[in-house]
Amino acid sequence: MSTTRRAAPPPAQTLPPVTPKLAPRSNPMQPKPPQPPRASLKPPRSADRTRRHRLTTGICLVAALGVGLVAMTAGSADYTILEVIQVLAGRGTPAQELILLDFRAPRVVAGLAVGASLGLAGTLTQTFARNPLATPDILGVTSGAALGAVAAICLGGGGYAVAAPLLALGIPTMSTVGAVCSATVVYGLAWRGGINSYRLILIGIGATATLSGITSYLIAQAKITDAQAAAVWLVGNLSGVSWSSVWPVVVVLAVVAPVAASQSRDLAVSQLGDDLAVSLGVAMQRHRMIVIGCAVALTAAAVSASGPVEFVAFVSPQIALRLTGAARPPLFTSALAGAILVAGADSLVRGVLPGERPVGLITAMIGAPYLIWLLIRHRGGTDGL
Amino acid sequence: MTTTTRPVAALDAERVTLAYDQRTVFQDLSLSVMEGQITTLVGANGSGKSTLLKAFGRLLSPRSGRIHLQGKALRTIPTRQVARQLAVLPQKPLTPPATTVRELAARGRHPHQTWFRPLTSQDTAAIDAALDATGLTGLAGRDVATLSGGQIQRAWIALVLAQQTPIALLDEPTTFLDLAHQLEILHLVRRLNRDHRTTVLMVLHDLWLAGRFSDRLIALAGGQVVADGSPWEVLKPGVLRQAFGLEAQVVSEPVTGSPLVVPAAETVLPHDLAGS
Repeated sequence: MSTTRRAAPPPAQTLPPVTPKLAPRSNPMQPKPPQPPRASLKPPRSADRTRRHRLTTGICLVAALGVGLVAMTAGSADYTILEVIQVLAGRGTPAQELILLDFRAPRVVAGLAVGASLGLAGTLTQTFARNPLATPDILGVTSGAALGAVAAICLGGGGYAVAAPLLALGIPTMSTVGAVCSATVVYGLAWRGGINSYRLILIGIGATATLSGITSYLIAQAKITDAQAAAVWLVGNLSGVSWSSVWPVVVVLAVVAPVAASQSRDLAVSQLGDDLAVSLGVAMQRHRMIVIGCAVALTAAAVSASGPVEFVAFVSPQIALRLTGAARPPLFTSALAGAILVAGADSLVRGVLPGERPVGLITAMIGAPYLIWLLIRHRGGTDGL
Repeated sequence: MTTTTRPVAALDAERVTLAYDQRTVFQDLSLSVMEGQITTLVGANGSGKSTLLKAFGRLLSPRSGRIHLQGKALRTIPTRQVARQLAVLPQKPLTPPATTVRELAARGRHPHQTWFRPLTSQDTAAIDAALDATGLTGLAGRDVATLSGGQIQRAWIALVLAQQTPIALLDEPTTFLDLAHQLEILHLVRRLNRDHRTTVLMVLHDLWLAGRFSDRLIALAGGQVVADGSPWEVLKPGVLRQAFGLEAQVVSEPVTGSPLVVPAAETVLPHDLAGS
């Protein structure tokens, strides 16, 4: 690094006047209000797309808050949105406060946070692997968590009433341990002087099959009550959520989201292939480690709170991708889509459908047809999918 | 900064061994790429041209030996800092979906940006200049997926130009292009070298184009440098026989007087060389 630092700035060529044509890139974690449309002059496609992206993100943000409010009204005791807002503002009766703030709010917040975590985790893994099939489920995280939780239920003496409080603490802990362990093993087995995403996916699929097999074995061996408890947990369920089980998800989301956002630019560059990404200065192995670490932490936190809510991590990024028309699943919008999906499905479960059905049933039943509809509608597009 | 009397090595490989898994491609190879020159690697398929280029571009770490970037060990420099010195255009980059030409070129500014700092006017100027140099200003708003082969290749070159590095490594920048587009790309490379004194190391298959546009050729065969020097020094019948198994005459082409390889009627096939 002596005198020759860089080539002199281009002098010889006649450069065109500097006209900043590209809209400044927005930080994906901070949605900006949609810009007013330019009057004359048809805008170039990139500006068009940026505007659509921001508009969609804005709408999703409003929708997520709306779903949160509506979810607060759903349940056996009827409240209007106005009453909910009054209570949230601190002007409700003690009875209202008990029902809304202590019983319903944790469940609504859990729905939003779990959905956002899964949506974000799915975006990270799908983008880094450049493959929409690469969800945290396929990378073995979810099946590890499931095995941990089912082991806690079936082997932890779940049948005894005495063990109930222990179990309440044990399930989230065991599922977190299971998720982190299986992710570490999968990552370690996939490592071969670096991480190749195809190898990671294949090993993840193998690990998922193995872990699911063990989980099924445990359930088959278990007492009928334990087996039922395990089955309910495995579908993904937000009933019985309290503030103490919500906080871990919210904290993990709050810590991991900025870290994930810091990788956004590297994720964009790594879409051009590993070689070009390295050439453009992405420290690829570190970047991958951070992205996978974020996805594992988010998934583990979400799954430990609610069980594996099916399909959210897969479908949210794909829905957000198609709504925004972006080049890759957008981090923030995907998180919002996940939040809307889970919180919305859970309020359907509580408010509309008879009996308490696990939310995981509904997310797949709503999310999958919606994605298929989006795919059919955009069939003529240049997306390739 | 540009008044160097004796040539200085921009990149310097010192007894490097390059290998994939079990297969060793180069053993104890030493080679320097001189500053301000266009150096082209030529050789038969599988002779290790791309492997060597990747090693210089830190996309492949040597089993042993060292590579220096402007006198400093490549491995010790943070990769982002390397990216401000050295650009690599790999053979098959992935064309991203839903991305405009301008957005693609803007990716070249990545090493100059941080995640909390968006594009500056300097970045914008670099992107504008890159699009202008590659004749893509009019196509800036087009989706790269809709471009022709020649246009997309120019878009990749625009990305490398926007990176504004003193060194550029190009792996077969003219593949899949017709002759006119090959010439266009190589004229662009030469302008980059002449106007900005950019050091260029590239891999080319076409020996005539390699001879016409390079200051120095390096012929590779069997994990060795079989010839190294000016186009006329390297493109000799003996070297061609050794590197390609090709019986050929070399004549002076009428336009620029650079060497033109004219193969004989019958040639030895390259795989006949494999054991030697």
